[in-house]
Amino acid sequence: MSTISIEDKLSVNKFDIDKDVHIKINEDICKSCQEHVCLYVCPANCYKLSEGHITFSYEGCLECGSCHIACDKGAIDWTLPRPGFGICYQYG
Amino acid sequence: MEQGFDAIIVGAGPAGCACGYKLAQAGLQTLVVERGKFAGAKNMWGGAFYGPELLKLFPNFCEEAPFERYVTRQRISFLSDEDCLSLEFTTPKFSQPSHNGFIILRSKFDRWLADKVQEAGAIVAPGLGADDLLWNENRVTGIRAGGDELPASVVVACDGVNSVLAQKAGLREELSPEDIKQGVKEIIEFPREILEQRFNLTGDEGMSWAFVGSCTEGLPGGGFIYTNKDSLSIGVVAQLNALAERKIQANDLLEKFKTHPEVAKVIKGGKLVEYSGHLIPVSGINMLPKLYSDGFLVAGDAAAMVLGTGLILEGANFAIASGIAAAQTIIRAKQENDFSEESLSYYKRLLEDNFVLKDLKTFKKAPHFLESPHIYNLYPDLACDLAQRIFISDGQPRRTTWNLFKRSLEDKASLWQIVPDLIRGKGAI
Repeated sequence: MSTISIEDKLSVNKFDIDKDVHIKINEDICKSCQEHVCLYVCPANCYKLSEGHITFSYEGCLECGSCHIACDKGAIDWTLPRPGFGICYQYG
Repeated sequence: MEQGFDAIIVGAGPAGCACGYKLAQAGLQTLVVERGKFAGAKNMWGGAFYGPELLKLFPNFCEEAPFERYVTRQRISFLSDEDCLSLEFTTPKFSQPSHNGFIILRSKFDRWLADKVQEAGAIVAPGLGADDLLWNENRVTGIRAGGDELPASVVVACDGVNSVLAQKAGLREELSPEDIKQGVKEIIEFPREILEQRFNLTGDEGMSWAFVGSCTEGLPGGGFIYTNKDSLSIGVVAQLNALAERKIQANDLLEKFKTHPEVAKVIKGGKLVEYSGHLIPVSGINMLPKLYSDGFLVAGDAAAMVLGTGLILEGANFAIASGIAAAQTIIRAKQENDFSEESLSYYKRLLEDNFVLKDLKTFKKAPHFLESPHIYNLYPDLACDLAQRIFISDGQPRRTTWNLFKRSLEDKASLWQIVPDLIRGKGAI
């Protein structure tokens, strides 16, 4: 059985994507970080490392809270999407 | 509303809905706000609901609630990379009307629950979240939501594991990754007949299947499969700090779990219809926050009321029981017109008297015991190795089971590795 990418999995979910970004990262802190735990604890691949920089995209966020709990550098300014927006589970 | 509500409940999950339902039944002015587009939109779990709490709250539950199946087969499997040793329990009692467990999909179920709360007379407001608490000195006096100030005699935080409100109220610190497990799950759809054939189910019968071993590659956690009506839920749960330390994503574990021969054949040919992720507070009473303050209560996952013993993982029944206890506390406070911290401390007494805090105290040592890596890498391997020696017929003279066990042990581990776990396990789970 071939494995399915997280991006393909997220594509079957229902999201109501807001124009506001609900999670912000402090790039200065991320630049000096060695561990980048955000890459592993985010179940939705919202964090990516490219050319030494962490980039964040909020659209596929499952609102689990893992990133801000696991990041001990204080780089993540975490909030939930505005009510009514974000992930909208049809099964759960 | 000039005087405001008697109670504002934040979060329309099991804790919030149980609380709202009881308050509305008692005639209190109750508002339940829910940040999801509808109740359940933000919620996921394994999952099955165990225990009589739901039937106590809704005597007609079996006739009217949108549950998927009731649990008639309870299976636990130990996995090595290729092998699988299973233990399955089934009894006709599970099929009788007071079913022990119900398999439920939260998006459908929580919506039903919220409708019941509304029918009972509370106002349920989906798409509305609590942006902040209102304060009068040290007393919570309501919430700020959607730009409005909504006053209430008491606010009940049922806003889940990440409870922003319990933190704002100063009842809880930031969560620590050692106290948290992450669950990821897929819903895979099948024609009903295929599902029932594969799991040997008829009618509304269902299976709850827990896995320990290679599914988490040695990380504290496990795998699970639940049979829904015409889909199955398959997922992996793993300790959050362990994912970070091992630099592995829970989804990688899930993808590998899906390739285990015993798993691959039951999910074959299905269609992925949803992928979800959620956190579970797993340190039980060791991470329990303060449960009340002036004008404020906290219930359910927001209060970390989850019991995980390795064999049992329950939370929603604790959420419902704590929601009911919160409602009883508020009804009493309303009668005495006293919503002070001292009056609301009655909530903790109620939880100490029922199973919620009793169970969490009984299994106080379980979270520490479950950190032992042997449970996830050594013992499942050992069990599968012994099963191989017992069952595989290789033409050599047979040995006694005890003898085979000693050989497995010699190959895989030493008694000195196991003894400390036995000592720690005794009394922990």
